[in-house]
Amino acid sequence: MTFSPQLEERFAKMLTRYPEGRTRSAVVPMLMYAQDEVGAVTKELIEEVARRCRVTPLQVDEVVGYYSMLHRKPQGKFHVQVCTNISCLLVGGEELYEHAKKKLGVGHKQTTADGQFSLEEVECMGACSWAPAVEINYDFHHFVTPEKLDQLIDGLRKAQ
Amino acid sequence: MAKQLYNQPSPLETRIVSKNFAIEGSETLDVYLANDGYKAFRKAQQMTPEAIIEEVKTSGLRGRGGAGFPTGLKWSFVPRNSPKPRVIVVNADESEPGTCKDRLLMEYDPHQMIEGILIAGLAVDAHKGYIYIRGEYRYLIDAMDRAIDEAYAKGYLGNSVAGTGFQFDLCTHSGAGAYECGEETALLDSIEGKRGIPRMKPPFPAVAGAWALPTLLNNVETFSAIPPIIRDGGAAFAALGTPKNGGTRLVCISGHVNKPGVYELPLGFPMMKAINEVAGGIPGGKKLKAVVPGGSSCPILRAEECDIPMDYDTLAKVGSMLGSGGMVVLDESTDMVRFALRIMKFYAHESCGWCIPCREGTTWLKKILQRFYEGQGRREDISLLGELSKNMLGRTFCALGDAAALPTISIVEKFTEDFEVYLARQEVLV
Repeated sequence: MTFSPQLEERFAKMLTRYPEGRTRSAVVPMLMYAQDEVGAVTKELIEEVARRCRVTPLQVDEVVGYYSMLHRKPQGKFHVQVCTNISCLLVGGEELYEHAKKKLGVGHKQTTADGQFSLEEVECMGACSWAPAVEINYDFHHFVTPEKLDQLIDGLRKAQ
Repeated sequence: MAKQLYNQPSPLETRIVSKNFAIEGSETLDVYLANDGYKAFRKAQQMTPEAIIEEVKTSGLRGRGGAGFPTGLKWSFVPRNSPKPRVIVVNADESEPGTCKDRLLMEYDPHQMIEGILIAGLAVDAHKGYIYIRGEYRYLIDAMDRAIDEAYAKGYLGNSVAGTGFQFDLCTHSGAGAYECGEETALLDSIEGKRGIPRMKPPFPAVAGAWALPTLLNNVETFSAIPPIIRDGGAAFAALGTPKNGGTRLVCISGHVNKPGVYELPLGFPMMKAINEVAGGIPGGKKLKAVVPGGSSCPILRAEECDIPMDYDTLAKVGSMLGSGGMVVLDESTDMVRFALRIMKFYAHESCGWCIPCREGTTWLKKILQRFYEGQGRREDISLLGELSKNMLGRTFCALGDAAALPTISIVEKFTEDFEVYLARQEVLV
């Protein structure tokens, strides 16, 4: 399995950063970056990361289930994450999440039929003072209202 | 056009670690150098390691990640003369609900943190550092990578930092979504490529941390406070706060306030003044009901308990904590059953499952609270919630079990009336 030249360069560098014989340390970051390019943590990817980090596939597999951002199935092209933790809850985060469910017609960790959007109710993402917050892929959006969320989603749809 | 910040600064702030935030281009090395950057490192380079640590002790700086442990003391635990190389790990896994300050330090002033790491490197004779950043903060991992690349290119990292002959290498390390990895020993397991499970202590990370090497581990804000402390002296920093509670800290104010935001306030700043003046008071003329003083793990305070100065010792006296600086303000309309349930859903989701009292405790507390919220609560559930929580205290490897139990105990005890409202409503229906 090969990745884009940029990712190959990143991984080559990554493997030199940890102490001698400690390439296992690169497992989690390598999965994170590779998942973005491959679309999901597939069996093939697990084997590839294991080979590069010189660990067994099982040692890679066992971390996949632990970290909430690693996923075995592809998500939508735009992964909409709505925070409903306390700071967001107090200013309408839960209502915003309910609105997102209706708007997209999918529930928690589900993807729209066209594969464009997936939705997730997430835990605190560190945007408490600018709540309610939504992260779409890796982009933060602050003070999000249902109207603002509609605009964001419609905008991404149109850009297709 | 002026730089667009996340929130407008308040005139009541004392801006020390955030002093460069509003400056155009503050994330670049050149702007940092033009604004006192690396003065502290050059000064530290002329000091003995003992003197650096002494200066940090004098500053009264306490860990800004949540536990509030005295930083200078923590540094003194790292064995400089160990035959094993020492490493530095930065905890940038900011995920305590209510907390959003480390983001700003990495986005607006990454070089200040890098300088703090380098000074720590001089103090404990470490030559390698890792910044563990939560996966959700990818844009900040990229921002830190850019800052690190710039520092290497201009000779502020690498073989001879600032031409002094001091060698230091630094890189970022991405997390992948796990609150538990903010706990220092779980973070160490995570950085080794494993599931983030807390370790038995001792040995403490200072002696055997990442890869069993002596490890100095601090929060982003703690490292960021080091350059001003060394530059202007520990005593000057200490004088900003109160005795044993040195300096300033970033307070993240959220919830029911007119001007939520991250504000740098001296330790000992009055809590009510922070709510009413810094954060502009409660919207709609509503009354204050409660305050979560330092992130969701901290026992909640009733409105009448909030007329206090915000420092570690006062908060301990009223049975709570200053935590990670995440202050959540609740107005009189807040339903505390719903609030307690949301907190517990979080801890049940984040419990790593290693310790049974935490794994089972959070799950059962969530179920009981859910039942209550859905109108199926029983009178005895109120005492059961408190009892169950108390049985989790001190019975887990890490603090997550306590972090789930403490706010629950305080909410059930201090806001029993909210639970009574649910029971009364059920009786009417029957």
